[in-house]
Amino acid sequence: MRVSMDLELKDIPGQLLLALKPISDFKGNLISVVHHHEKKTPRGTIPVQVLFEVKPDHLDDLISDLEERGVRVVSMDEKRYLEHGAVILIGHIVHTDIQDTIDQIDNTGYAEVVDLNLSMPKINMPSSASLKIDAVSKKDLQAVVELLKSIAREKDLLVIEPIESQLRLMK
Amino acid sequence: MKTIRASVIGFGAVGQGVAKVLLEKNDYLRSIGIDIRIVAIADSRTAVIDGEGVDLSAVLASKKEKGVVGTEKISGTGIIKSVDHELVIETTPTNINDGGVGLVNMFAAFEKSMDVVTSNKGPLALKYVELFEAANISGSSLKFEASVGGAMPVINLACETLAGNKILSMEGIFNGTCNYILSRMVEEHASYEQMLAEAQELGIAEADPSYDVEGIDTASKLVIVANAVFGMNASYKDVTVTGITRITPEALLLANVDGYAIKLIGEVNDGKINVAPKLVPLVHPLAVGGTLNVFSVQTDISGPITITGRGAGSIETASAILSDIISLYKQ
Repeated sequence: MRVSMDLELKDIPGQLLLALKPISDFKGNLISVVHHHEKKTPRGTIPVQVLFEVKPDHLDDLISDLEERGVRVVSMDEKRYLEHGAVILIGHIVHTDIQDTIDQIDNTGYAEVVDLNLSMPKINMPSSASLKIDAVSKKDLQAVVELLKSIAREKDLLVIEPIESQLRLMK
Repeated sequence: MKTIRASVIGFGAVGQGVAKVLLEKNDYLRSIGIDIRIVAIADSRTAVIDGEGVDLSAVLASKKEKGVVGTEKISGTGIIKSVDHELVIETTPTNINDGGVGLVNMFAAFEKSMDVVTSNKGPLALKYVELFEAANISGSSLKFEASVGGAMPVINLACETLAGNKILSMEGIFNGTCNYILSRMVEEHASYEQMLAEAQELGIAEADPSYDVEGIDTASKLVIVANAVFGMNASYKDVTVTGITRITPEALLLANVDGYAIKLIGEVNDGKINVAPKLVPLVHPLAVGGTLNVFSVQTDISGPITITGRGAGSIETASAILSDIISLYKQ
């Protein structure tokens, strides 16, 4: 997941490296660092904003590590799902237990159905739905589309996914 | 001037297109040192043979008026076996079950050390490797640009024009009938059945449309691409195929709201050959409408290259046959 943090560092040499070390230790991928040396706080500390990706289960340890080093974590914003996908389903979507279809995706732990638009023209006619799925990473998004396709085979639904070149680019 | 004696085996839309294009381009062909002399033409019932050169205009008129090319009762295969010539232009209808008469004709031509230029997908999708083995043994050439994507240069673009590039993957729309039906379903918000009927009325879809709408046609073309461009040893059974018959107007509308079109996409990627309806962003170069075909190749040093054009039609397909003939015999 992607995490943005506002940190406060002591105004002595070596503090920035000290603050970034835990991110690297927990295999985080640093995206940006903004060091506001000119905006010293009334407490005499230097505010730093960092943006990085890290596995969700490493986050708590990473924060404790920072605090042990005397780096203050002022605020944090996390975004778990980085990838957004869209698929279309055609078939007897409701009658084949739509709740179960959604639950199977939500229960993966790495993806969730975040939007569903359903069109049911007539009783006994196949319905159509557009599904928006958020996933932790590109790999997880591909995995969840594969899962959806296997569910669809069981329930005799047609899954229409984006073209390959689009899947590679999709954000 | 090099005189090439040739036969046209199969005189449906494509065979007639070849005759028209040869008539129209005769002067040009001679200007580049190629004299194509058609010594025999066969349709499914009759044939015409003339060692001095068949009168193409007269045969086209006879086919139009009487429905036959001539009076001889010899089959296309018989012509290949008994009439002396160098080039067989094989334009019989595709048979995807056993390759049909086209496959027989191609092997017969190679036995006589003749070259073959064809638009016929079936034999290539079923027996690609065997055909090239037979051609190599007899020193013959086999060219088939017309079998994939009509006027679009698919095979020659990837194999010749982009020489030096590694082609990583290919995706595209290779069937104009499906593209027409799906495009019209969006425009009219009409059902698949209604727009299929319209396509049939306009002659865009066959009376038995299954070959197009079940994705069989696209799959056959992809097998040829997989073998010719990607060096795979694939046949039709290696393709996973889903057609367009289940697509609903509601699905097209929902996709449209999200910024997508639904197109029947064929792709060769990572050793896999797949035909299925896919979501194509409306702003993507593959999102072409009507009966157009389109494809994109992903290359290692040139990045993506996209070509769009008419994927079917008598003259368009004949143009691909003409380009194969020129590349074979141009000095």
